[in-house]
Amino acid sequence: MKTSCANYISEIGRDRLKDMLYQMLLIRRFEETVERLFMQGKIHGTMHLCIGQEPTAVGACAALTNEDKITSTHRGHGHCIAKGTDVPRMMAELLGKKTGHCKGKGGSMHIADLEKGNLGANGIVAGGLPIACGAALTSLKKQAGFVVVCFFGDGATNEGSFHESLNLASIWNLPVIFFCENNQYGMSGNIKEMTKIEHLSERASSYGIPGEIVDGTDVLQVYEVTAKAVERARNGEGPTLIEAKTYRWKGHSRSDARKYRAREEEQDWMNNKDGIKSFREQLLRDRAVTEQEVIEIEERVKQLLEEATEFAENSPEPSIESLEADVYA
Amino acid sequence: MRQITYAEALKEVMSQEIKANENVFILGEDIGIYGGAFGVTNGMESELGRDKVLSTPISEAAISGVAVGAALTGMRPILELQFSDFITIAMDQIVNQAAKLRYMNGGKGSIPMVVRTPGGSGAGFAAQHSQSLEAWMTHIPGLKVVQPSTPYDAKGLFKAALDDDNPVIFYEHKLLYGIRGEVPEETYSIPLGKADIKREGSDVTVVATSIMVHRALQAADQLKKEGISVEVIDPRTLVPLDIDTIVNSVKKTNRAVVVYEAVQRGGYGAEIASLINESEAFDYLDAPVTRLGGKAVPIPYNPNLEKKAVPQVEDIVNAVKSTLVTLAK
Repeated sequence: MKTSCANYISEIGRDRLKDMLYQMLLIRRFEETVERLFMQGKIHGTMHLCIGQEPTAVGACAALTNEDKITSTHRGHGHCIAKGTDVPRMMAELLGKKTGHCKGKGGSMHIADLEKGNLGANGIVAGGLPIACGAALTSLKKQAGFVVVCFFGDGATNEGSFHESLNLASIWNLPVIFFCENNQYGMSGNIKEMTKIEHLSERASSYGIPGEIVDGTDVLQVYEVTAKAVERARNGEGPTLIEAKTYRWKGHSRSDARKYRAREEEQDWMNNKDGIKSFREQLLRDRAVTEQEVIEIEERVKQLLEEATEFAENSPEPSIESLEADVYA
Repeated sequence: MRQITYAEALKEVMSQEIKANENVFILGEDIGIYGGAFGVTNGMESELGRDKVLSTPISEAAISGVAVGAALTGMRPILELQFSDFITIAMDQIVNQAAKLRYMNGGKGSIPMVVRTPGGSGAGFAAQHSQSLEAWMTHIPGLKVVQPSTPYDAKGLFKAALDDDNPVIFYEHKLLYGIRGEVPEETYSIPLGKADIKREGSDVTVVATSIMVHRALQAADQLKKEGISVEVIDPRTLVPLDIDTIVNSVKKTNRAVVVYEAVQRGGYGAEIASLINESEAFDYLDAPVTRLGGKAVPIPYNPNLEKKAVPQVEDIVNAVKSTLVTLAK
């Protein structure tokens, strides 16, 4: 049973609920668009799609202000969009264009948007955790009041950096929220085979911080739990570990034949645990949106992605002269 | 002018900078009341407070990443890595994150941080606490690498490193902490990328780094008695490297010996030798450019063996004589 929208209509307002739906749809359609562009040979390298995980990015970022910061992962398109990035420039980055957020030098795995508080996706598993702690330390030192949401996957919880960072954040009371998107697989490794505990959130107890479990397909539950952790962090009560149970519908990357999991399992998540479908139904049921508004949202998403794709495809390549620029400040 | 030690010069400039700039702080293991493994931060915690002198858990991956995240969000952290061997544990954050974030972001953001860390053998710490791994760092675009050899240089180069908007790896040397030299009380800056001619000479150019500068100067004293005039050049910073000063010297002396403590194979001295060979100095050479580095062994514990593992004064004397013999052929 999903969290009912009814309470939220008065608490955060219809507009924000509608915006959550818009954001989740935008992420899904963005991923579908870039997958198509990849198949057409317009995007090179690889990419890691977050279809199925939209509620975690949107629910968590909905609890943040523009001044708050995030660190992201190799599966970071959703985080980037949910933190309010300019989608055409993001698309341009994926196409390696000069107009991209990173002038075509970062690509899918390294998108950062510092103006929006996105300190960057990261190609290194658990690479963002220590950086998030550093940003949170800045917040304390400058009394800046911002918090940092650090996204990572289940695989990262077996990296040393995860443990070092949770311990450090705990002893220093850092305003950081460790947000684990447990999509069950670290590349091909089933987390149940890679660790003995059932819930990764249990690891919080080793560091004397709260550990929360949320249904990662329930955007409102994600929002609520994150908002509580954000409030704790802002009040100087330190970090929280949140584990969101979720699933990536697609393979790890473009080259993944998904031999390590059953098609039935995938079908179950796609048919029965689609966080966008359930949220849309709830919004309609609770009369937070009308059918017409849902159609309009779909149309806005479609238009933005058409614009983004056109902008990206028509944007210039970075100049060869830019190759050696920006290595040093 | 007053004389202070290399360690005191470092402590003085750090304290001055922390007082002068609210964004500067130092973090590291045992740097508080203990004063750091080599006493460099002795008394800083009581003078400046625990807010400015942060003792950390033994978590090199996390604390190096904390420095990255803090730097990316507006601070100017100094990270003390207790022994330079421990950079192996901090490698992801330094190599994959600090060095690359700006470039991956298309030139947005900067990582102004200084990693202070003692390298070198001769103190009896054996294989895991005595290495000279600076060549690894010089290999990474995005990092700057500094190796001061005197108290005066340590203070001035540190100020420049801290004022630099890039990650700087600042290699100190265990055996140099206690050496004394003239150091002004006020702060001053020695630009990164400016070599220093430590002794003028006309027969052979010896390019030496860190502790080897002192051994080269002693060798030059001995060789003078035999009528051989040695010019000793200390690059002081490996990245950026002041190759011009070296090339000009070699054009004058027609011979060069590059002396460094690190394992000779793949060491930075090979880079310097290559740069000389590729420069206009090539036409002036009367002998092949020679490298004199450490043996390809882990640093042994036994003091006699330890000495034999890296160049000593007599090895430099012999290397210089060999290069002169080549001339005679």
